[in-house]
Amino acid sequence: MSISRMRAWRAVLMLSLLGLATLAGAAEIGQIKVSKGQVTIERDGKSIPAGVGVRLQTSDVVKTGPDGSVGITMDDDSLLSAGPNSVLSLDRYTFDPTTNKGRFDASLNKGTLAVISGRIAKQAPDAMTVRTPTAVLGVRGTEFAVSVD
Amino acid sequence: MTLIACAILAACASSGTVVLLPEKDGRPAAVSVKQGDKEVVLDKPYAAAKATPLGPRPYTSSTEEVRSQFGSALSAQPSRATSFTLYFVEGKDEFTEESKKAVDQILAEIAQRPVPDVLVVGHTDAVGSDQSNDALGQQRAEAVRAALIRLGIPAGDVRAISRGKRQLAVPTADGVAEPHNRRVEIIVR
Repeated sequence: MSISRMRAWRAVLMLSLLGLATLAGAAEIGQIKVSKGQVTIERDGKSIPAGVGVRLQTSDVVKTGPDGSVGITMDDDSLLSAGPNSVLSLDRYTFDPTTNKGRFDASLNKGTLAVISGRIAKQAPDAMTVRTPTAVLGVRGTEFAVSVD
Repeated sequence: MTLIACAILAACASSGTVVLLPEKDGRPAAVSVKQGDKEVVLDKPYAAAKATPLGPRPYTSSTEEVRSQFGSALSAQPSRATSFTLYFVEGKDEFTEESKKAVDQILAEIAQRPVPDVLVVGHTDAVGSDQSNDALGQQRAEAVRAALIRLGIPAGDVRAISRGKRQLAVPTADGVAEPHNRRVEIIVR
């Protein structure tokens, strides 16, 4: 087999492996890295405990109790952390790690949130937004904090 | 402060605050705050805006306010990703001698995180097409992923991806062989 044919064959194999990886991991967009006090995830109408290591999916709503706080690392290295009595919804998340293109929309319905944006916001300004009940925040490569009373 | 504003404003239930925090590495940063057609852009450390019925009202926050209002959220912030770079012998998926030595540091970083996940990102130099470089980058990343698994990192915690020639460490014209671009980045988070 020639080198170029071998390379082409390898490329095909890699692409099919990539396809499988994408299918298997399609639902996972981030991971709980820090969890203190009461932290839960609302998913498909159920409330599940959000301990350290739990992986997140699009449409998950992360809630913290009066003694709770939570830290999340997203697939694009965005870091989100919420203080007590918070309701954070991961509304929309797409990310292609090869091109770094993606879209991230989250909402803080209640509580406090600190954000360090990741590769999605770095690749395209305003590809990441955080909504509150009154405002829409457009993120341009940034570290910030937001509260909703 | 928020409470006082609430007592005065009629629509206190939905008021809120946004504060731009100083960047660790001094990169330019900004957040735009939109309420309907009213927009305020925060682009300096501690630039802040408070939601009011008349739109976002800009003000300057302080370290004290940030600590009292966002202390719990900030203390729950996950550790930032740490990145390591390993270099390859030209056209192969074999490390240079120096890079072989960096592996211990990587394992130490993984060991100190409570729930590590590791991203292995393959990069190539600018010789060849996007397609062939994406495949070569993937091949390098897969080789490093396999090596990390052999060293005891659980397979489910390590992912291999390729950026091909999209992120050259040393910018070159297309087609230029550059050893510092043939690398794998290991992101531990």
